[in-house]
Amino acid sequence: MGCSLGKAGYHPDRLVYKRASLSHRCPAMPPETASVAPQAERPAPSLRELFVGFLSVAVVAFGGVLPIARRAVVERYKWVDSDEFTELVGLAQFLPGPNIVNLSIVIGSRFRGVPGAIAAFCGLTLAPAVFVILAGTLFARYSDVPAVADLIAGLAAGAAGMVIAMAGRMGEMLWRRPSVQGLGIAAAAFVGIAVLGLPLLWVMLGLAPVSIALAWWAIR
Amino acid sequence: MNDDSVLGALALNFLVLSLLAVGGANAVLPEMHRQVVDVAGWMTNEQFAQTFAIAQAVPGPNVLVVTLIGWHVAGFAGALVSTLAMCVPTCVLAYVVGGVWYRFRAAKWRRAIQGGLVPLTIGLIAASGFLLAEGAARSVPTALYTAVTVLVLLFTRISPLWMLFGGGALGLLRLI
Repeated sequence: MGCSLGKAGYHPDRLVYKRASLSHRCPAMPPETASVAPQAERPAPSLRELFVGFLSVAVVAFGGVLPIARRAVVERYKWVDSDEFTELVGLAQFLPGPNIVNLSIVIGSRFRGVPGAIAAFCGLTLAPAVFVILAGTLFARYSDVPAVADLIAGLAAGAAGMVIAMAGRMGEMLWRRPSVQGLGIAAAAFVGIAVLGLPLLWVMLGLAPVSIALAWWAIR
Repeated sequence: MNDDSVLGALALNFLVLSLLAVGGANAVLPEMHRQVVDVAGWMTNEQFAQTFAIAQAVPGPNVLVVTLIGWHVAGFAGALVSTLAMCVPTCVLAYVVGGVWYRFRAAKWRRAIQGGLVPLTIGLIAASGFLLAEGAARSVPTALYTAVTVLVLLFTRISPLWMLFGGGALGLLRLI
């Protein structure tokens, strides 16, 4: 569970655009994927490097991929720098779908187009998908063993706490600069889903336009 | 239901969910729960919480909870269909939108969308956590452990993994 989600994204004012002019140095990239240019002095990673890179992130990413992905992509492989990474995470969070999967697509396609996106995505998901099915199968087979059920019950209690804490961490800016709109929207979403049990689509369609309008009004 | 209609239902379910998943897979857990447990009846409340816990305990993106749900419902084909339905459409979107989003990075509408979705996402993820905690709370000590986990992760910088596996160990010892 990426507790650093809130810290990494959603700070549009902090973003740095200094690299914007670099994209022309990468003529091989399709224009729509050239949103943040790779550092010009480094060769772009190959398909194999993208696959292995994301695989190496995925297999150690217990309880949240994003912090580990950051360490690998920014510090170890130096595919993008820190500001670019923040920008990419903001994008991955804004887009629907799993954030880290979106991130792999955006990074993979930046360097190697569609094949790059596929290589990064497969590196990220194939091995963990096998792990998760193995773990699920083992659990299903031994779920009548009391010790296994107890183990999973304890894990579930911890996992639920992780999700609540992640919401709290992402909400840090709401507490730090409290705004009636922000707290109101967050509370309304919580009540709509957790208390009233409304379908997500209704909650989204009801609250997203209001929230975006309030944000628009607050920016000026 | 025959096999095809189960696979079709899985695909449709997760396709719609993925498009609503602004803020990641965790933001749509309650809806996933509603569909899987209440509407389709594929799992019990408890099984859902356990499936989520298994997906958390295994390394990798937490979206793989849908792989496990698909596996539970319809075996290998179910796992494959669920995972692809959850990932492929949004991947295509990420690929296409990537450039547009960057080009308009300074535009007011973009900052308004980004800023407006933050509180919504936070509320949705908090609701996910609340519902998961409800499913996981088999006893008072279990619920307390969830509360302690929240506090520890909010106020210290220790890895969430310790709290996850700490819960597993305490559960194994029948302490929670």
